[in-house]
Amino acid sequence: MPRNETFEPDRFELFEPPLYRFEITRRHWLESLGAGWLLTCFAQDSSGQGRGESVEARIHLGDDGIITVLSGKVEEGQGPRTELVMAAAEELGVPLDRVRVILCDTARTPDDGITAGSRTTPQTVPAVRRAAAAARGWLTAEKRLIENPGLTEPGQWKILGRGHWRIDAREIVTGAHRFPSDIVREGMLYGCVLRPPAYGARLEGVDVEAAKKAGAAAAVRDGDFAGCAAATSYAARKAMEAMAATAKWSGGQNHNSANLFEHLRATAKEKVEPLPGRTHRAEYRTAYIQHAPMEPRAAGAEWQGGKLTVWTGTSNPFSVRNDLARAFGLRPEDVRVIVPDFGGGFGGKHTGEAALEAARLAKEAGRPVKIRWTREEEFRWAYFRPAALIDVEAVVEGGKIRAWQFTNYNSGAAGLQTPYAIPNRREKYVPADPPLRQGSYRTLAATANNFARESFMDELAAAAGADPLDFRMAHLDNDRIRAVLAAAAERFGWKQRRAARRPPNRGIGLACGTEKNSVVAACVEVEVDPKARTVRLVEIVEAFECGAILNPWNTRSQVEGCIVMGLGAVLREEIQFENSRLTNARFSQYRVPRFRDLPEKMDVILLDRKDLPSAGAGETPIIALAPAMAGAVFDATGSRPRSLPLRW
Amino acid sequence: MPVFRFTVNGGAREVDTFPDRPLLEVLREDLQLTGPKFGCGEGQCRACTVLLDGVPASTCVLPVRSAAGKRITTIEGLARGGALHPVQQAFVDEGAMQCGYCTPGMILRTVALLERAPAPTRAQILEALNGSLCRCNGYPRIVAAVEFAARLKRGAAQKQEGIHAAK
Repeated sequence: MPRNETFEPDRFELFEPPLYRFEITRRHWLESLGAGWLLTCFAQDSSGQGRGESVEARIHLGDDGIITVLSGKVEEGQGPRTELVMAAAEELGVPLDRVRVILCDTARTPDDGITAGSRTTPQTVPAVRRAAAAARGWLTAEKRLIENPGLTEPGQWKILGRGHWRIDAREIVTGAHRFPSDIVREGMLYGCVLRPPAYGARLEGVDVEAAKKAGAAAAVRDGDFAGCAAATSYAARKAMEAMAATAKWSGGQNHNSANLFEHLRATAKEKVEPLPGRTHRAEYRTAYIQHAPMEPRAAGAEWQGGKLTVWTGTSNPFSVRNDLARAFGLRPEDVRVIVPDFGGGFGGKHTGEAALEAARLAKEAGRPVKIRWTREEEFRWAYFRPAALIDVEAVVEGGKIRAWQFTNYNSGAAGLQTPYAIPNRREKYVPADPPLRQGSYRTLAATANNFARESFMDELAAAAGADPLDFRMAHLDNDRIRAVLAAAAERFGWKQRRAARRPPNRGIGLACGTEKNSVVAACVEVEVDPKARTVRLVEIVEAFECGAILNPWNTRSQVEGCIVMGLGAVLREEIQFENSRLTNARFSQYRVPRFRDLPEKMDVILLDRKDLPSAGAGETPIIALAPAMAGAVFDATGSRPRSLPLRW
Repeated sequence: MPVFRFTVNGGAREVDTFPDRPLLEVLREDLQLTGPKFGCGEGQCRACTVLLDGVPASTCVLPVRSAAGKRITTIEGLARGGALHPVQQAFVDEGAMQCGYCTPGMILRTVALLERAPAPTRAQILEALNGSLCRCNGYPRIVAAVEFAARLKRGAAQKQEGIHAAK
């Protein structure tokens, strides 16, 4: 059932500004909203990225004074719910507590596309602001919509641009919020799915009656899918154990992480000729890693009169709705996908496996069924951030890079292009045969590509006898990157610390980059343990700029979260597999960052550019850490780490 | 099946179930207390934390029989009469959540920490919470919230001190 994840577009598209026509109608609309006025928006593509209808209900002005904003985006922790409330309140000229947001419910909200690629801020926020600005006229004595409304200039903002914490924080701290895995429906059963012993294994036979005899209320086999449902998770597990004991499997792949990079090179779809002449060259590697969101995939499914409703945690709800419709031969309008704010995704929940599984079991059982993956399932059966094999070559003359060749095998094209001014460049993404199911992850391949590019910039600087900061600046004509690099270096005291003697086993490093229309730079100090060959982050100063900042508190949180998340892949995170079976599919074996990994000092500098359009902040801040730490390890040891996790 | 009796958030409850069922599943599925979350099933992330006689426990690996006769506090039982517990208030005021899935466990671990160390050092906080995972990696804000909660509880602070805003 899981389908191959295709890469999302690496960069958001530039669209012609859509033509808008707003219309307001008196509607007693959808019982939960009560009586009021519904603002619809006629546009070719009113969200700027949705694939849906041209008529979209955006804002409901309730007779009770409550204003409801409708968006097909989802909340998984990066803050769109609060951001959209702020955006609407700003343009409506009302306090925050008069605005609420209904996020994705495919039966009620517009299709705003996938929640990914840092696109909520540059695309959905403006769409909501335009609708709110039009609706503002309705709140005045004149009671008319404002045609072609202008948006409030950042300098005039009263709500945007100021710090606000998560709008529904109280529901979170009291345990009142219902995550997808918390959904309860009348008569609901708990489901379990039969999993293959290895990737690619086919189910030859299974006795579903064994599950029923062991207490399952329902059990089904449908092709390679088999599962059961029971009154409790405990009973479902017991029934599944009985059923799994009868399963017969054939085939299965036999990939091994031990020869992962040899495999990627051997299966590369294209051979890239090396640059001619005397070149510097290096190979970089990044491991497969897993998103491991705190809430594993979960879904509750309920059938009524041939129609299907699913509550699930996915970043791509309209696509999941269509998957469900296809899978069960339904019209898309007969499938409703509701996405409660869920427990993390980081690019890992663009699919709807649990929704399909729950729906199949609910169909069989004739009762609602909830599926919540185990942690082991989440490790094994969710898609991974692809491993990368990266070749970089350069020709340096007179302290300047004259030619540059950069090839990413397998992991993707995000962040492939160097932001440095280099006259001759060849940058290429070459697919290979991936041994694991792979897909999106926070900033996609930009983390791997920035790691390789920035590490190699350090190598070239060392070869040229230049300071890594000066060497970068000498090749940078992007003023935004220069600004963050300068800001981070100054706060860190790069020049002074570079000139001073470092304590034993301490080193400093820096890196910069750009992605999703935002820019970042980091300076770090690390401490290495020369015997164990491990490294610890001691200090980081990271400067980030994403245009006009909408919510500085959340932006800071995202930067901090990205830094610490990035630390996991730098220090330890690495999926290991033998014969296409994961061997470290647990938190006790796959060590994600913990409190004690925090650096002693973390200094985040936000550069607020009110003259630039707002860009998202949930991804790019992750890309600078790894190469900065690699550079710092070299500074401390004289050896170059060229892999993630860092090894030297 | 045997019957197990315990107190949950101040009320006497009994469940008739298999003794080796994880307490987490009994709370969530039989008692409809979904505040404690499933995160790992091996006691490695602590999203499933509750207080057992005031002591934090990972309920995903705790058989229900081990809770018999005990006083269980889940996140739902922390606020009193609509007033947030100081630790809850501190997590709100310091924005110590992104997706919020780990938050109930973080808060209960913090409640227990502040009982034994009313003014914890940063090192004590990192040590006490090191077993609690947050995959949004919002650890810096959580540390700030724990420090603020300690001041709130000691009456040394009244409201959000604007740590972010001051920067």
